[in-house]
Amino acid sequence: MTSLGRFYLIAVLVFLYTPILVMMAMGFNASPLYELPFSFSTRWYEALWNNNILLTAGMNSIIIAVITAAVATALGTMASVALSRSTFRGKSFLQIMLLPPIAIPWLITGTAMLIFFYWTGIGRGMHAIIIGHVALAIPYVVLVVGTGFRTIRADLEEAAMSLGSTPVHAFFSVTLPLLYPSILGAALFAFAVSLDQFVISYFLATPGFTTLPVQIYSSIRKGFTPEINAISTVLLLGSMTVILIFARFAKPGETRDKR
Amino acid sequence: MQSDNLTSASERGSSGPRVRRPLPSWVSTTALLMPTYGWLTLAVFLPLLTMLVFSFMAATPMGKAPIVLTLKQYRAFIDQPYLLGIAFTSLLIGFWTTFACAVFGFLAAVALARSTFGKTREMLLILILLPFWTNGLVRIFSWTMVLRENGFLDTIFHMVLPDAGSIGFLYTRYAVVVGLVHGYLPYMILTCYIALVTIDDAIIEAAASLGARWWTILFKILVPMAAPGLISGAVLTFIPVIGSFMEPRILGGRVGVTMGTVIEDQFTQAFNWPLGASLSFTLLAVVLAIFGTFSGVLRRGTAA
Repeated sequence: MTSLGRFYLIAVLVFLYTPILVMMAMGFNASPLYELPFSFSTRWYEALWNNNILLTAGMNSIIIAVITAAVATALGTMASVALSRSTFRGKSFLQIMLLPPIAIPWLITGTAMLIFFYWTGIGRGMHAIIIGHVALAIPYVVLVVGTGFRTIRADLEEAAMSLGSTPVHAFFSVTLPLLYPSILGAALFAFAVSLDQFVISYFLATPGFTTLPVQIYSSIRKGFTPEINAISTVLLLGSMTVILIFARFAKPGETRDKR
Repeated sequence: MQSDNLTSASERGSSGPRVRRPLPSWVSTTALLMPTYGWLTLAVFLPLLTMLVFSFMAATPMGKAPIVLTLKQYRAFIDQPYLLGIAFTSLLIGFWTTFACAVFGFLAAVALARSTFGKTREMLLILILLPFWTNGLVRIFSWTMVLRENGFLDTIFHMVLPDAGSIGFLYTRYAVVVGLVHGYLPYMILTCYIALVTIDDAIIEAAASLGARWWTILFKILVPMAAPGLISGAVLTFIPVIGSFMEPRILGGRVGVTMGTVIEDQFTQAFNWPLGASLSFTLLAVVLAIFGTFSGVLRRGTAA
């Protein structure tokens, strides 16, 4: 039973990683038509280095992800503080209203944003993509920071206040430092969400301003070269690293033990 | 409970001589919530409302052309019967993807919960979930290299049977389903795993000691007890799958026409936004109906 289970899990991992590893390997194969036998070459990485369209799109993606992470973390943390620390009428309604950005297919949200931004004159481009990405990332931030809140004991803040600290001072000197790992985790999470987001960016991109996934999509549809493998490999390794760092920071049990 | 502590603390604080009287709590709560919900209103809720308005328009409003309201966009399924076939294809792809994810994902979750422990389990769980958080587009693209003729799958196959034909099946609906299963399997494994680890080992040991075979244990104990995880995993797989468009485009080629690709075409090629909007809203209605049907299960799933 046990060995059968492990064998099955290995089969699942093979299924999950085979295409990814094949793609990474093909980025180092000299043939432009993905032909085998395999002959090692770094020509696609060299070509990538000179491909300004892909590099610019990659830079755009990183800038947008950094801005998204900063804005979404700030707003989401504020909302999470309010939702975790006070009870009021309509709170559960507000919590439910966080779900649509995650739960409604991005195709629907993305096309709706396109219509609305076009109609109101907000238009498309970088600012529109940032508005969309922040909206997608906020619910995750609220969830991650909210989980962090549950691991902090409320009586520590209360103790600070009973010793004469103002609520604001107590929050910044007691609660925030304890919450710090969760907030950092949420920021990394928002960064990863934005970096990998394709659908919303696709509908809000302009011919002159695209992000890396949008540029990859149009390259795939035009007929692709292994340069796409090279940049895809970089993108995959980048987001895997961010997520692994996130997993390190956002372990609620661990933060409690460390204190 | 927490808020009780907080109010009692602030009451005690305000009675002290050195402490300034704090603002009423609703002011700070509102101030903290305003930016987030304002942003979501601007970026999600108002756009959805605008799309509803657009779905009643006769044509995309360009320049100074008058806006004409009509119901004809919602008659698309009657006026253009081929859409019914496309809708059926989309539901079929959604069904098979969800079914495959449920079967393979549930078994993987059982294996994870019952035959791994400690560090191994932690590492396996991270390895399984890692692809889920990487770019979906890139992963779909990577399948083209495996499934195409003379691709990775063919190469492996020809090592065993050098003279056999190609078994590559890129640009078929099977390829679309394989790509989508790859995308959502980790999620299904996670929801089932969370439901399975809460089951007490003693129940399974009792059943086994009373002579239950493994399939009896699986179908009479594990599946019913982990049903909430299985259902929420299925719902949260089916919904994005019926709204997918780049997976059928890249892996399905010419046969990959789904509701998702039709909607994309209306917005990017045909410039018929009202029709795209009404199709999007039909899709949204399906999504909401599914959420409505399973809301009880989903709420229990998230509360756990």
